[in-house]
Amino acid sequence: MSVQLDTPAAPTSPTRTWVTFISKPSTARLLAMAGTLFLLLSLTRVITDGKDLTSSGTMGTTLRVTIPILLAGLAGLWAERVGIVNIAIEGMMILGTWFGGYGAWKYGPWVGLMMAIVAGSVGGLIHAVAVVRFNVNHVISGVSINLFAFGAMRYLSELVYGKGTAGDAAGGGISKSPKQQSGIPSIDVPFLAGGKIGGWTSPDMLGWLERKAWPVIGDLAGIMRGLVVNVSMASIIALALVPFSAWVLWRTRFGLRLRSSGEAPAAAESLGVKVTPLRYAAMAISGAFAGFGGGFLAIVSSNYYQQGQTANRGYIGLATTIFGNWRPMGILGGATLFGFAEALNLVGPDALPKLFLFGTFACCMLVVMSLVQRKVVPAINGAIAGAVLLIGYLTIDKVPEPLTKSAPYVLTLVVLSTASQRLRPPAHAGLPYRSGESH
Amino acid sequence: MNTPIEASAEGAAGVFSRITRNRSGQSALITLASSLAAVLLALVIAGVLLSITGKNPLDAYSKMLDAGLNKVKLAEALQRATPLIIAAVAVAIGFKMNLFNIGVEGQFLMGMFWAAVVGAYVHLPPVLHVSLCLLVAMTAGAAWAGIAAVLKVKKGVNEVIATIMLNAIALSVIDWLFNEHFRFETPGNLDVKTKPLPTSAWMPSLFTVSSKTGKATTTVEVTSFILIALLIVLGFWLLVYKSKFGFRLRASGYNAVAARTAGISSNRMIVIAMLLSGAVAGLAGMPSLLGDTHAYGPTRPDGYGFNGIAVALLGRNHPAGIIVSALLWGFLDSVAGPLQLAKIPQSIVLVIKAIILLTVVIVNEVVGRRVAKRTADRTAAQLAAPAAVAA
Amino acid sequence: MTSDGLAVQLEGIEKRFPGVIANHDVNLSVRTGTIHAIVGENGAGKSTLMKTLYGMHQPEAGSIFVNGNNVVLRSPSDAIAAGIGMVHQHFMLADNFTVLENIVLGAEPTSKGVVQFDDARATLDAIMKQSGTHVDLDANVSDLGVGQRQRVEILKVLFRGARILILDEPTAVLVPQEVDELFGNLRRLVADGATIIFISHKLDEVLAVSDDITVIRGGTTVAEVKPDKVTRGELAELMVGSELPSPHGRTSEVGSVVRLEVRGLSVAGPGERLLVDGVSFSIREGEVLGVAGVEGNGQFELCEAILGQVQPAAGAVLIGGEDVTSDSSHDRLVNGLSYIPFDRHREGLLLEAPLWENSLLGRDADPTFSRGPFIDAAATKRDCRDIIKRFDVRTPSEVVPAFALSGGNQQKLLVGRELSSNPRVLIAAHPTRGVDIGAQSAIWDTLRMARDEGLAVLLISADLEELIGLSDNIVVMYDGRINARLTPSEATPELLGTYMTGGLQEVAS
Repeated sequence: MSVQLDTPAAPTSPTRTWVTFISKPSTARLLAMAGTLFLLLSLTRVITDGKDLTSSGTMGTTLRVTIPILLAGLAGLWAERVGIVNIAIEGMMILGTWFGGYGAWKYGPWVGLMMAIVAGSVGGLIHAVAVVRFNVNHVISGVSINLFAFGAMRYLSELVYGKGTAGDAAGGGISKSPKQQSGIPSIDVPFLAGGKIGGWTSPDMLGWLERKAWPVIGDLAGIMRGLVVNVSMASIIALALVPFSAWVLWRTRFGLRLRSSGEAPAAAESLGVKVTPLRYAAMAISGAFAGFGGGFLAIVSSNYYQQGQTANRGYIGLATTIFGNWRPMGILGGATLFGFAEALNLVGPDALPKLFLFGTFACCMLVVMSLVQRKVVPAINGAIAGAVLLIGYLTIDKVPEPLTKSAPYVLTLVVLSTASQRLRPPAHAGLPYRSGESH
Repeated sequence: MNTPIEASAEGAAGVFSRITRNRSGQSALITLASSLAAVLLALVIAGVLLSITGKNPLDAYSKMLDAGLNKVKLAEALQRATPLIIAAVAVAIGFKMNLFNIGVEGQFLMGMFWAAVVGAYVHLPPVLHVSLCLLVAMTAGAAWAGIAAVLKVKKGVNEVIATIMLNAIALSVIDWLFNEHFRFETPGNLDVKTKPLPTSAWMPSLFTVSSKTGKATTTVEVTSFILIALLIVLGFWLLVYKSKFGFRLRASGYNAVAARTAGISSNRMIVIAMLLSGAVAGLAGMPSLLGDTHAYGPTRPDGYGFNGIAVALLGRNHPAGIIVSALLWGFLDSVAGPLQLAKIPQSIVLVIKAIILLTVVIVNEVVGRRVAKRTADRTAAQLAAPAAVAA
Repeated sequence: MTSDGLAVQLEGIEKRFPGVIANHDVNLSVRTGTIHAIVGENGAGKSTLMKTLYGMHQPEAGSIFVNGNNVVLRSPSDAIAAGIGMVHQHFMLADNFTVLENIVLGAEPTSKGVVQFDDARATLDAIMKQSGTHVDLDANVSDLGVGQRQRVEILKVLFRGARILILDEPTAVLVPQEVDELFGNLRRLVADGATIIFISHKLDEVLAVSDDITVIRGGTTVAEVKPDKVTRGELAELMVGSELPSPHGRTSEVGSVVRLEVRGLSVAGPGERLLVDGVSFSIREGEVLGVAGVEGNGQFELCEAILGQVQPAAGAVLIGGEDVTSDSSHDRLVNGLSYIPFDRHREGLLLEAPLWENSLLGRDADPTFSRGPFIDAAATKRDCRDIIKRFDVRTPSEVVPAFALSGGNQQKLLVGRELSSNPRVLIAAHPTRGVDIGAQSAIWDTLRMARDEGLAVLLISADLEELIGLSDNIVVMYDGRINARLTPSEATPELLGTYMTGGLQEVAS
């Protein structure tokens, strides 16, 4: 159904400018949308008296639970950009959790993290051998590696932490490692979050603003403070990997060639680019990211390895890769969304219904945007969703715990079902390719 | 020299392609020999890993054979194979048209849970009651798989991601339903379950095997559900390999674009295949529910989904292959317990299974490509001979 | 640079594939600063030879000299290092990359591993200025047309400093005007001292543009001739050993009953654009309606709408006078519509399935091939053997998988399948694309015979000679519309080319 814009207004007319601004994707529009959403979040916080929504505590937790998903998402990015679908991120994370937990228990947290990264990397290389050398379907190889990682780590646990071992004596068991003695240090940023300089404690400016709880400013302070107070060094490294990945993939020769292997490997080879070594390298990096994510779970999020610690984060990470549109910043955004959903659960189960009100506001925004663009169907859909969420907010006091657990998965399906058609995957990701066999 | 076939780009769905190579012209003998070789290779690799970790592989393997090769353990293997056969058929239906149903895990749990709940609250004569439970399980499994089908067809969401998410959601939803609505506490029993099924919904055991070691008697009841599993395999064979519908299904798997061009609606096939796959998956929990536990509880079986994928791949999606592979899997599962007694970590079985799976898919790929190349070369050579005369 | 020096010399090249000798005893001498054409029919071994010269595979015997030096080319990198560049027939471009990224890939100017895109841009601006071409370096390749993509391919080669350019069937995808432009560019390059090896089977172009011509037949070089000393007919005879088949000729008249009618058909694309825009025509029994047009001007979408693969935004499709616009694709196919698709691998065949299953595709509703809900394999195989015999498909049996057959034989099987359901209307898209001359004339004969028996044919082809020769009427599609209607007697390739690039038809008096 095509509806013509009614008035043939001159391009300079203010209404027309608004329509263009809302219709055409641009950085400015993205920022305006983000700003509006933030204002709505602040409004929700004030109305519901839901401090948790924007408190520095929630934000700190969000950051902590975001990092493993972010790393898994980046693992997906590196793999898919070179043309390999990595459903084995989960398995590589399992390797990371086990070796991270073991290394941190035996040799300290940094060695543990390194061992996690190496273990994940090895997992990535196994996947690469299967799909590059032997041309096995990427998903099948991935599923096999996930099964292998689970079985092999359980076997190692039985050997190292089973009955009568030193690990057993130290408090481990067949499904978990002993507790670690020390963790990776965290820092508070001076002035912003009251960090120490030398022996002197600097003022906690954001903390002061947050306690004032003024609308908008208080919320902003809470969110900012969550990112600067008690931040693990590992989180900082992980966050730095986002711009680093973007720089390597889009600015360097290695990155350009790597992406060409994911877009048109035959074309790349016809220009003398050696696709096979690139694929191994990218899978080693992908596995390293996944292993880092696993190590983070075992060393930073927790202080011991536990079977099942990854809890599907590898799969969520892959979903993040997809709806981050195979771009590092998009992946960061997606991972934060999941992290926030998970953090609200951890902070308080009664926080979730408050989000329903926020959802209602967001739907209103969607309806307005659709109406301005004269798109009827999305407007109606938005209105229905908004109404459902509003009813949810008014009637539900507490979402049962098992259901809140499924929030990230439901969110994935909702986001993918609205975004799938607009995404631009690497053209050759997941397709079989054999070096030298092309025309 | 054939160019790789482009996957049809259905939104982000184009990301994945070509799940299994359906190859014609490969003889059963080559298939069998290559699969056997792959299993042997896997045992060698697993043996090396065992040695590295300080265990004697020959000792472990001989213990496995000792423990497994007796009538009780073989009956147990058969028992354990039954749900795997069903789950593997469910996976294979999807594979046949290039759909990857990773969601068998969630679908079978849904089927099992709803069959337990509905079955417990109705009163029917025996055969009808069992039939109702099966029907409910199939419906629940199909409905859960249907969500992924609709998302794929309407919204272009890849079924791999969708079914993985639905597995996790199924667990949450079932936990919630069980905790909030269908807990049934029996006094004096700490084991919390749903309301037990009346005996009219029980499946009888087919036969019982028992043996005495010292004073203890071990008994294994083999459920008659194995017969239903075999019927499912037969139905799968007729439907996929012999029927018109199966031809359309396989054609869509070979080349979705060509099938669509030939008037086969790919969306319709996706929905039907997913529903069928989900319906069969829904039955995978039934041997346990109707033949053993007679109620759903938190100590539910798990892993049928991923093991079903493994069995389907190992059996190359072929009816006979699936049965043999499921028996192998059942055998390995059945010897895990005795290994523990012999001071060998029982999870070595998990490692062996995963390595077998990896080697089998790799060997399949390598052998399959060799065979395809030889077929092409031989055809070219056969044609070159008379053509040379003609020229 | 001496103009009588040899840029490339090949001596006794032999290349074998299992069961086939693709090249043997190939000798070739290419003078520096000339355009050297290599002609031969599909399957004669031209592409194999060029892949050898570009290092994509290694010959079993023979030597390669580049600028007088004996070289061994193990990979494209070696060829590039030797100053050889190749413009492939199927463009080797990454669609999601920009033009600039595509060009620099593999030859990136870098500083400490960081790509210096600005340096590359400066170099390319200079190259474009010198060769008189222009492409927007920041455009995404997916947004470019065919002609522009080819320019990107040529720039890729020039950017690497190649002085010897291999062009594999460069004109296959271009309209006549674009061909002229390409040839202008090539002459300019040659004037600058470059050497061009030009592969083609279009003899008129070869005679028009080249300085020397080498003919390949049956995998070996059979003659070297000068374009001014040979006629088209002589060249054709050298190429195939006999006269070229001609698509012309008819024995029966067009009937009066309209078999296919399309009224005001429109197909919507993404956004507001119409991919097919108000197309109307009718085809009577025994009539062939040819559709000319540059690929991507709505021909594919038109076929999809007639087939019922997409729902049209407006208009109607009538088969045998019956409105089928709301019928499913399946129903239309069952009711007498057949389709030879654009791309046989993508749309027509199940490559990994045996031939007999391929012959069943789209015909499984026919009760001949089924017993109740089951497939009658014996009857289907019998029918497939019949198709193999009638349409001269060269295959050992009906159980070999389709991928084992040559392109020409795959196409004959496909044509056979589509015609054996006794259709009333046939949509034939590029029915002889990429097949050898034997298969081409067989397919032409088949189509003519079916037409004479009353079949209505919608023929879409990029081969203008085929189009003019087979059609009773011709329409030209441009930007989703029919912008010219003419008869074969008034159509010439040049005139069609004008309309295909958007030229307006003068209003008939």
